[in-house]
Amino acid sequence: MLIRARENMTKQEIMSKLPYSKPFLFVDELLYIDENRVEGIYTFDENLDFYKGHFKDYPITPGVILTEAMAQIGLVCLGIYLVNDTFNKNTSIALTSTEIEFLKPVFPNEKIIVISDKIYFKFGKLKCKVIMKNEKDEIVCQGTIAGMIV
Amino acid sequence: MSREETILKLKTIVKPYIQNEEAFESLTESTDFINDLKINSANLVDVILDIEEEYDIVIDNQSMERMLDVKSAMEIIETKLSEK
Repeated sequence: MLIRARENMTKQEIMSKLPYSKPFLFVDELLYIDENRVEGIYTFDENLDFYKGHFKDYPITPGVILTEAMAQIGLVCLGIYLVNDTFNKNTSIALTSTEIEFLKPVFPNEKIIVISDKIYFKFGKLKCKVIMKNEKDEIVCQGTIAGMIV
Repeated sequence: MSREETILKLKTIVKPYIQNEEAFESLTESTDFINDLKINSANLVDVILDIEEEYDIVIDNQSMERMLDVKSAMEIIETKLSEK
């Protein structure tokens, strides 16, 4: 029954369970999900507040925000899918480690895709290899991210 | 395998995750992974996965929760190895 329920969990259901809202939601849509992989997209709205200061008169998406988008799509969405029905309001999620290299800048209004492959999910810890690409299909950042679901 | 050998092997496994060098150098059976070695709980999962790989054993949730110090890790490894 559990496996059946898991198969039926839709991308929309996962989106609705995400514990984020604007201005800190960095997932527009999930394109693919199974128990080993997730792919999702996000377009960085030029009106996001941090562009006013990063940098002065030269807006570029901060690396921490790119990392956050990678974590929300690559780790949290996959984590919700993996724990499925047991994920509720009382579930705590926490980022535990990141190791990311940044290769290209991401400018306002750019659309990115995050592709995340599970390395393992055990004892409540999910660790993934995550890649972010831009619309030219260039890798903008990549690395490993881990988090705990309690 | 002798207890000394097991401790030596465990030392190699935990080394990448420890934050307290002094406690690591003087590691004994009573050394606690979190309180003494200052391994964070997320990294403790990696320690356990590395133990599984090293000894080719599977550690269940119940054992995992008990695996908080060198002594209990050694006991669990021993039990799992004897079940193989």
